[in-house]
Amino acid sequence: MTKASKLNRVSPKTNTIFSVIFIIFALVCIIPVVFIFIISISSEASIKMNGYQFWPEDFSLDAYRFLMGEGKTILQSLGITILVTVVGTILGVLLTSTMGYALSRKDFKLNGFFTMIVFIPMIFNGGMISSYVVNTQFLPLKDTIWALILPLCVSSFNVVICKTFFKTNIPDSVVESAQIDGAGHFTIFGQIALPLAKPMIATIALFLTFGYWNDWFQSSLYITNTDLFSLQALLDHIQRNIEMMTKNPALGVTLQQYINSMPKEGARMAMAIIIIIPIACTYPFFQKYFITGLTVGAVKG
Amino acid sequence: MGRKTIVQRRKKGNKWTKSDSQLTILILPTTVWYILFCFLPMFGLIIAFKDYKVTGGKSFIYNVFNSDWIGFKNFEFLIKSNDLFVILRNTIVYNLIFIVAGTILAVGLAIMINLLYSKRKSRVFQTLMFFPYFMSWVVAAYFVDAFLNVDKGLINNILRDTGQTPVQWYMNVAVWPFILVFMYLWKSTGYNMVIYLSSITSIDQTLYEAAVIDGANKKQQTRYITLPCLKNVIIMMFILNVGKIFYSDFGLFYQLSQDAKGSIFNSVATIDTYVFNALKSSTPIGMTSAVTFFQSVACCITILIANAIVRKIDADSAII
Repeated sequence: MTKASKLNRVSPKTNTIFSVIFIIFALVCIIPVVFIFIISISSEASIKMNGYQFWPEDFSLDAYRFLMGEGKTILQSLGITILVTVVGTILGVLLTSTMGYALSRKDFKLNGFFTMIVFIPMIFNGGMISSYVVNTQFLPLKDTIWALILPLCVSSFNVVICKTFFKTNIPDSVVESAQIDGAGHFTIFGQIALPLAKPMIATIALFLTFGYWNDWFQSSLYITNTDLFSLQALLDHIQRNIEMMTKNPALGVTLQQYINSMPKEGARMAMAIIIIIPIACTYPFFQKYFITGLTVGAVKG
Repeated sequence: MGRKTIVQRRKKGNKWTKSDSQLTILILPTTVWYILFCFLPMFGLIIAFKDYKVTGGKSFIYNVFNSDWIGFKNFEFLIKSNDLFVILRNTIVYNLIFIVAGTILAVGLAIMINLLYSKRKSRVFQTLMFFPYFMSWVVAAYFVDAFLNVDKGLINNILRDTGQTPVQWYMNVAVWPFILVFMYLWKSTGYNMVIYLSSITSIDQTLYEAAVIDGANKKQQTRYITLPCLKNVIIMMFILNVGKIFYSDFGLFYQLSQDAKGSIFNSVATIDTYVFNALKSSTPIGMTSAVTFFQSVACCITILIANAIVRKIDADSAII
């Protein structure tokens, strides 16, 4: 650090005060997760006795053991979530980048028309009711996995990011010279545009991935079949009704006994932890892409 | 020679070329998506003016055309019900509070975190505060429940231990505005802070060096350099958020209150939760579609106005 910049800073006292403020804010952001984790490893008896505590009387892994026993339900939901996330992200990236590429070419005759198609939904939309009516009565999406994937895969915001990127990074001269060499737009898109756009594609893919992983709204509108519940939908349901997890009573126990013996509170919280962990482990590495995505999006298309 | 190429280009410019066909094929799948998931629902908005009935075995478009026009009857129903005032008020007032409180907090923290000595610490704080942004509202509802649950929640435990009477948080109208604002800030502040921070770090450093030579201290530098440089970003974000004022963050209101029904309806119901609950119940679709029609139109108007103002301030930042 140079002498000038060392002089030009807040006093050590202010620095300490600021640090303390940020420590408090950071704790507020993190503590709920820690708390949920502690509840998930508290024994059911101590929760019944004292409620949720930061330091329960005794710990137990019953909740996780129970969820392992009911593994089929969770694995199925996990499967749905992963399937939706992967298919949705790939589909979304393909649809977004093809449209972004075509719109970035100035000499495209229908450019103005297709720009309007992307632009109008940014200021006007049909709203929840008519989307619901269209998706259930016109498109047969009710209770299918496509209801979780299709409505979320394109957003005009992403298309504009894509278009801006291609416009600034792939000049017309490159396209023209490729065309003189005999390449069509499919070749140019697949072999020049996409490889160049890796960082931007990564950003859009991340937005989509976290969006799909965290989505519960589509499930709550379109999915009634419990076999198609994603992890978030399952978590949403057991908030009200943990009994739906009980499909596997052990031998020689009636269903009622089984329900009574299950670690209800712990199991709910353990489910939440299972959803949080993959995000908590990965987002610090991807954080910078979110920020670049935001700054790229701020540039007008 | 130069003129000739221009003439050639212009000739080429009017004719449909192979390149145009290829681009059209590339763009077609996404266009189909837009027609199905954006434009059909827009067309579907006209059911707000219809007595929409579903005939078994017939398609959606057939149903729309064969339902009777009833003019503004759906809207009359809506205006007569008392709920309209409450949900409109909540949606707008909450959004205004979110915008003002969110902006002040995020800008303030962004300026502060930029002043910290240690860049490593600053990065750790950013990462930790960014975390809630990646949680869904379903998960956040569990967090809230852990603290506010009537029987087992931490706050009621503490109240009981200290000899006070526990509070029925999920039935207490008065506390919900605070809970909702707190949770909104909890989830979004880290994210917004990072946005503002990225524009603070892009401020030209020579401005600060010049200010130091002129003898300005950090407070004065913040007041006369940082804030004026942020002004445009702040105004932009502010206006864009005002443009969305008729939409509420559905999960925040629906999940945290665990349904937005019953005794706390007055302080947690917004347009979106109202529509969602109507959709899930057996309320006729026509009446609720009047709400969404109003919402779509009002939102379109606010966005256009907001955009016009942005254009006045900074033409490059306008979305249109």
